[in-house]
Amino acid sequence: MFKKNRTYKLMQSTFSMLLIVAATSSWLGSANAADRKLVKVDGSSTVFPITEAVAEEFQMEHRNVMVTVGISGTGGGFKKFSRSETDISDASRVIKAKEVALCKESGIEYIELPVAYDGIAVMVNPQNDWISSITVEELKKIWEPEAQRKVTKWSHIRADWPNETINLYGPGVDSGTFDYFTKVINGKEGASRGDFTASEDDNVLVQGISTDKYALGFFGLAYYEHNKDKLKLIPVDDGKDDNGKGPILPSLETVNNSTYQPLSRPIFIYVSKKSAEKPEVDDFVIFYLKNASELSAEVGYIPLPDTAYLLAIERYKQRKTGSVFGDSGSKTKLSIEELLRM
Amino acid sequence: MSKGVLSKNKRNSKVFKILSLTAVFIGFIALGIMLVDIFIDGAGRISWDFLSNFPSRRPGRAGILSALVGTLWMMSLTAAFSFPLGLGAGIYLEEYARKNWFTKLVEINISNLAGVPSIIYGLLGLGIFVRVCGFERSLLSGALTLTLLILPIIITTTRESLKAVPKSLREASYALGATQWQTVYSQILPVAMPGILTGTILALSRAIGETAPLIAIGALTYIAFLPHGVFDPFTVLPIQVFNWISRPQHGFAINAAAAIIILLLITLMMNSVAIYLRRKFQRRVKW
Repeated sequence: MFKKNRTYKLMQSTFSMLLIVAATSSWLGSANAADRKLVKVDGSSTVFPITEAVAEEFQMEHRNVMVTVGISGTGGGFKKFSRSETDISDASRVIKAKEVALCKESGIEYIELPVAYDGIAVMVNPQNDWISSITVEELKKIWEPEAQRKVTKWSHIRADWPNETINLYGPGVDSGTFDYFTKVINGKEGASRGDFTASEDDNVLVQGISTDKYALGFFGLAYYEHNKDKLKLIPVDDGKDDNGKGPILPSLETVNNSTYQPLSRPIFIYVSKKSAEKPEVDDFVIFYLKNASELSAEVGYIPLPDTAYLLAIERYKQRKTGSVFGDSGSKTKLSIEELLRM
Repeated sequence: MSKGVLSKNKRNSKVFKILSLTAVFIGFIALGIMLVDIFIDGAGRISWDFLSNFPSRRPGRAGILSALVGTLWMMSLTAAFSFPLGLGAGIYLEEYARKNWFTKLVEINISNLAGVPSIIYGLLGLGIFVRVCGFERSLLSGALTLTLLILPIIITTTRESLKAVPKSLREASYALGATQWQTVYSQILPVAMPGILTGTILALSRAIGETAPLIAIGALTYIAFLPHGVFDPFTVLPIQVFNWISRPQHGFAINAAAAIIILLLITLMMNSVAIYLRRKFQRRVKW
């Protein structure tokens, strides 16, 4: 015989407890939903650290407002944004025509606000003693789709470089950094050779380059900043003298004054015009633009010039919708201030 | 002649034993290295502050409170949904359903579902719970998604446990005039319960380690408040780890290691509960 009663009592009580917890919490949840003030942000993982920092500071001053930040990627973020599932979308590139159409379809108007610069760094192993700079032409020669299985040795790029296999590292094809790099270097977004080590996790790339003498790779400048001892940064020459002569190293100064070209880009937040009417979202966006300079520098990005933030606040307050950066991105000679005045 | 065969067999037996032992050690050493590595990196970081702080941009100030609470919520909700459903479905399929082509089809589908990659469940959850049902990216959506994910495992283990109950027990019960319900409730289930509970808890341990389906339904990464109810947004430990590990600062890698230790402890705790329950129930059943 077995004492089933105690067994079942135990089970029954566990169950009723779980049910009560579930029921109470759902009741509490629905009761709270009305007076809970949420600001929902999602999008690029590149912009995430800045938004996280702003959210952290903002919530210290506004205890009753809750900010949530997700990382669905720039594209994934815009999908949610266009379904009004979020108030603000983090974007490491400007909104694409396809996404503009999606927003239009569902009647979402947006205000585009640049929040910082992100530089893309070209890096090699510290033991690499032959390379001192690289030109955009050479980068194209290495990374364009035609280079696959052809440009495989350092000597294929410059004759006096060693006759050793070059090992390439770059971010995965889903990242905004990859999109941007291929666009400005290879001329077409997403066009690249396929035979390189790709990882969505930049730390894997750092690891790879730091242990491989014949490596060359690119990724966000912030990762270089925190791994200076393991990597060697390469100055890039874009062949144009009007924005700085010769090879230029990415730095706070050269990115900020637009001489480190073409491998620096502004990154953005997109605010839904309808959400901006909510006071908590409004407060958050203003707080964001006022503190982005300090906080973006703290998490490893390069702040925009101070006037750009003032202009962005102006633009936001006037609720100017649409994108001014369009397809031009950083290719245009217009500075970020000039674009914001448009 | 026969002596030769005998010694050959003995030698083979020894070789096999050594091979099996090697297999054990390879798994054991790999696990050991990972654990030691994680503990060296993360153990020093675990403190009350780490457990009770919200995430932060500064690695030294960041904590796992929202992720930890989210994981506990997720676990209880998923358990509350998946256990009764899995148990019910398992009992029906094993005890009540007629063995025909339809039940065969259902069976095959359930075993196939157990092998579907978890991200697919995430996309399903995004479509059904987040969008069609309108639960948004809440604890409820997450828990229901994970329920779908582990339901096939629970159903299968329930059925296996029921199958293992000797047929004589059922026959004896019927012989005494018990109905099918009485037989299942009073005779079969108590015997099968340890197996069912173990399977369920192991399935739950798998669920709390899942990242992909929750990211797909849009669980959040930065969240500095605790959920008040099942309709609130949430984050869980694996997502926090995933985020920290991809950050440039070394401090976040240490945080990730510490968070992994906490996650391991939770899993370990759940598994010990499984062992405890199995022991407890097994002792109750005496023939």
